[in-house]
Amino acid sequence: MLTVDDLNVWFGFAPDRVDAVQHAAFTVASGESFGLVGESGSGKSTILRAIAGLIDTWSGSIEVDGQAVTGTRRSRAFHKTVQMVFQDPYASLHPRHSVDAVLSEALKLQGMDDIDARITRLLQDVGLGRGFRFRYPHQLSGGQRQRVAIARALAAEPRLLLLDEPTSALDVSVQAEILNLLTDLRAEHGLTYVMVSHDLAVVGHMCDRLAVMQHGRILEVMDVDALRRGAGKTDYTRHLIEASAGYIRG
Amino acid sequence: MNAPLLSVRDLRVAFPTRQGMFEAVRGVSFDLGRERLGVVGESGSGKSMTGRAILGLVRPPGRVTARRMDLHGQPILNLSERKMRKIRGSRISMVMQDPKFSLNPVMTIGDQIIEAYRLHAGGPKGAGRAKALEMLEAVQIRDPERVMGAYPHEVSGGMGQRIMIAMMLAPDPEILIADEPTSALDVSVRTEVLNIMDRLVRDRGMGLIFISHDLNLVAQFCDRVLIMYAGRIVETLAAKDLHAARHPYTQGLLNSLPRLDAPVERLPVLQRQDTWRDGDPITESLETELPGGL
Repeated sequence: MLTVDDLNVWFGFAPDRVDAVQHAAFTVASGESFGLVGESGSGKSTILRAIAGLIDTWSGSIEVDGQAVTGTRRSRAFHKTVQMVFQDPYASLHPRHSVDAVLSEALKLQGMDDIDARITRLLQDVGLGRGFRFRYPHQLSGGQRQRVAIARALAAEPRLLLLDEPTSALDVSVQAEILNLLTDLRAEHGLTYVMVSHDLAVVGHMCDRLAVMQHGRILEVMDVDALRRGAGKTDYTRHLIEASAGYIRG
Repeated sequence: MNAPLLSVRDLRVAFPTRQGMFEAVRGVSFDLGRERLGVVGESGSGKSMTGRAILGLVRPPGRVTARRMDLHGQPILNLSERKMRKIRGSRISMVMQDPKFSLNPVMTIGDQIIEAYRLHAGGPKGAGRAKALEMLEAVQIRDPERVMGAYPHEVSGGMGQRIMIAMMLAPDPEILIADEPTSALDVSVRTEVLNIMDRLVRDRGMGLIFISHDLNLVAQFCDRVLIMYAGRIVETLAAKDLHAARHPYTQGLLNSLPRLDAPVERLPVLQRQDTWRDGDPITESLETELPGGL
């Protein structure tokens, strides 16, 4: 579904050039859920943004569904295949667009017909009743907003969802609801996920395999069983797993 | 038995809205000894507002009332701004969530710490500088001389948070209120910051109020935990017993966390009940436990 090979992403020019991602390579099979974990600045979100076409300074190869992409140009077919959900539902929805406006815009952009019925179905899919259709973001809670953002991503009927910390701005009880929703949607629609998170427990819950990143490099790709056992190949991974388990009085 | 550092009874914080008064904190009571007291709850539960009310940081039209709010037996509720300034910083200090917004971006770190210290302790600038260096060393900053001359944008988030703690601790406060002090930090840095606060409680006998949404972290770091829901304390218990919590809200929060050691297909979702808003809090012989076994 997704193949990334020798991906380099940089910002700025020498001598201030920052190499945010270096020689990243991984593949995600169709129907798989793949996690990218690491601390802030490790380059995990940057990889997602490069795939989505939000960054132009990259080299290497990104193939989605067998099609190579270049620069920041993405074909219509790409957007029908790949959609992204962002971290902060407070920032990713236009404050003066109603839920109806957000979803119908996305549907029109995808050239969909029968918009009225599709909006009803999208809202149903993400567990919001019809009563939410004409609300504005400020009338929604954080969890409801993230549901709208997920509905907007689903409008294109994509097969690959890029999830950038989709629950880290939410309370734990709401996080559980959104994670369950994502699990259900993946089963119903046969979606493939690439999920970025700093929370190893969330990635452990959602993903089959994951890549551990540090300083812009992928240190290792491991499956979730290895994560649960705390069996990292590198010191850094083991340290990260240990540190996320909580605080041990030193 | 030691007298509590801070004693709060029936604390209420209310804001006028178009729909009438809205109570963000609805009758919170607790005593703080020389201990690590965790305050846990979801956003909107009133945990941060409780911390701000203690420091007199709730601005009008917000209204703070309480039957009692005593620091060492001396009432500190609704003091005049002039009197409150004598307490704030020197006797009770606060560390906020994000160092990026708490440090002055156009002043060097050294000058900020010296200013904070001299405001409370006075004395010549040289003494302030020596104290600032000492504080930076106390929070494990390796090259304090260099950091003194740096601006906030030149240091990392974890270092910024340690600098905030250094600044708050320079006047040697009796109580530190830490509002989500590690939420903006990476896990590896988090442990360092917690270690520093832990040592301060142990070595200086400081009282720490640790406000957080992270139940597991609080269970491991604190001595005692207050769980807040809709502006009230619904359960008080020893941190080590958090996983044996009895209130359905606390249990629900714990269950909704994904765990690496216990995989599940679907996460249990919290079913909120109206009775939690006004039901009796669950406490376990709180008075005898008071200063938290330190």
